[in-house]
Amino acid sequence: MAVLVDQNTRLLCQGMTGWAGTYHTDRMIQYGTKVVAGVTPGKGGRTHLGLPVFDTVAEAKQATDANASILFVPPATAGKAMVEAIEAEIPLVVVVTERIPVLDMVRVREALSGSKTRLIGPNSQGILAPEVCKIGVMATPRAKRGPIGVASRSATLTSEVVSQLTSVRLGQSTTIGIGGDPVHGVGFVDCLDLFFKDSQTEGVVLIGEIGGTEEQEAARYLRETGLKKPVVALVVGRAAPHECRMGHAGALAAQPSDDADAKIKALQDAGVIIASSAHLVGATMAEAFAQRAA
Amino acid sequence: MQLHEFQAKDLLRHYQVDTPPGQVALTPDEAAAAARQLGVESLFVKAQILAGDRAAAGGVRAVRSPSGARAAAAELLGRQLVTSQTGAGGFPVKRVLVEAGIEAAQSFYVSLRVDPHSASIAVLAGPHRASIEQRLAAGTADFQTLKLGIAGERRPGELAELGRRVGLSDEAASRFGTVVGRLHRAFVELDASLIEINPLILTTAGGFVAADAKIVIDDNAVFRHPETAQLRSDDEVDQIQLQAQQHQINYVQMDGNIGIIANGAGLGLATLDMVRAAGGEPANFMDIRTTAKSLDIAHGVGMILDNPRAKVLLVNVFGGGMQACDTVVDGLAIAFRRSGRVMPIVLRITGNNEAFAKMRLANFNLPKTDCADMGQAAARAVAIAQGKA
Repeated sequence: MAVLVDQNTRLLCQGMTGWAGTYHTDRMIQYGTKVVAGVTPGKGGRTHLGLPVFDTVAEAKQATDANASILFVPPATAGKAMVEAIEAEIPLVVVVTERIPVLDMVRVREALSGSKTRLIGPNSQGILAPEVCKIGVMATPRAKRGPIGVASRSATLTSEVVSQLTSVRLGQSTTIGIGGDPVHGVGFVDCLDLFFKDSQTEGVVLIGEIGGTEEQEAARYLRETGLKKPVVALVVGRAAPHECRMGHAGALAAQPSDDADAKIKALQDAGVIIASSAHLVGATMAEAFAQRAA
Repeated sequence: MQLHEFQAKDLLRHYQVDTPPGQVALTPDEAAAAARQLGVESLFVKAQILAGDRAAAGGVRAVRSPSGARAAAAELLGRQLVTSQTGAGGFPVKRVLVEAGIEAAQSFYVSLRVDPHSASIAVLAGPHRASIEQRLAAGTADFQTLKLGIAGERRPGELAELGRRVGLSDEAASRFGTVVGRLHRAFVELDASLIEINPLILTTAGGFVAADAKIVIDDNAVFRHPETAQLRSDDEVDQIQLQAQQHQINYVQMDGNIGIIANGAGLGLATLDMVRAAGGEPANFMDIRTTAKSLDIAHGVGMILDNPRAKVLLVNVFGGGMQACDTVVDGLAIAFRRSGRVMPIVLRITGNNEAFAKMRLANFNLPKTDCADMGQAAARAVAIAQGKA
């Protein structure tokens, strides 16, 4: 089984009638995801892509029994749309939107606390259970079903790593983009916990980068709970100039503890196998699997 | 978007945070006039640049007369001020702030920033240190923190408690709490990502005055504050970066000779790392956002073609759901045709629409080498840059 999503996932799309919403909803349907409705305020009652459109998340949930939502909502209103999904008690909310004001995310996290929702993103490519369910915008041609769980702060690097894994015959149980923003929903620790509990997942890849404390928290968690499955990590940004925002708002190496070397050391000390370069992640995991078998 | 000290103080006064009386001067004569108007014995002339640690670098001068202010301004204006935060070139001083000195009984450091882990606004308060060097040496062991939500200013008890924790008496702590509450309100209403007051002075008269102020506005929220957009500095070093942003590109200039294009920040960082590991030096970091169209990408490629130091262009693209390979290839072709410069390209392009992109590329007749693996591509680009291939 994949984590967080499966063949019973019933997906809403907030902002489905826009350009990006239309394009990606269509692709998700083609991939086999059960999309059940769209939500666009003011367009309730219409039909789009053969699906009903509702004014609010609550109405859509009541009519369709949806249990997940993906947002294609512009940055200015994405925060409010997330809070709406949280208040409607949608169990899984995925946000692709980038450049959301950081204080809006603080407001969203206040709404999340104590709620029934898990948030993936923002600034995330989404979550993919290969050949089962895609909630997001990721490239899928190389993704194959298999034993590796992938949690990542970077969308294109995830595609890259998925491609490497597939080429060494290691398919993926689930890939989760935790997003490139500093304040976000699920983190590496949540993903590790899910993957360790999942019977299909036999190994985990973490794709980290400079800035923030996700990698250090993962290391602390692994030191406390122990590695229940092999974990391979890639941390990028060693060559980045200091104090430079590199595209991802979260990728800002301002504190010495945020730099790539400190993160690599923390993960290594926790027993994680470090991929020495971005093009060697698949090979590193294959080696870890071979050693485990031997 | 970082604001100048004088802009930050203007904004803080709207939130009833006291700042020293002062005026901005563009010339030595204006500085002398400002000093005369202030009419006090103790004055400071402060260089307005977008970097900290100015005092340690001689960017803050204590003077005692209008003629002293004139002389200090004459020395500072037009000069490149180099501090521990500017890099070797320094930043040009276009303005000075002439301010009245404040009689300090005690001085504090106060900052507010977003703490990503707890998703709160973290207040850090402690003793003031004169320079960054001293601050780093002393550490923050004796600093106090308080995490506030969006409605944090409505917790006066905790704010005053923070004042007591930094060593203030009950009465002063309560006033300190009021100031922190006002800073918090400014933080939320301005969509700041950082407010730093260093020092916050407790005056001999018992009031609190922000003697210095740094405010950074969240770039993603500037659309909500058109009034702050016009505060964007004309001497912000990254005008190039700003222009790139408008073309959906994140660009950072670096010192090497290998131009780099990648889609996605993570892949971009990975490419820098691989180039460095192969013994090369990147000329730039470039991440084309998913929202970039081929003309935006052409602008980005053009920036590298315009960089005389760049000797080779390394393209590392994994075409995704939002940005397929052919969009990138079109951008490349447009930029090369516009520029006319012949620069070798090492191309590693895969993912959505790969075959179509390669078919188009064959027609463009660009000076390229194809690599299937990005590790190989990085090594190849380094070899070309070093004249070994």
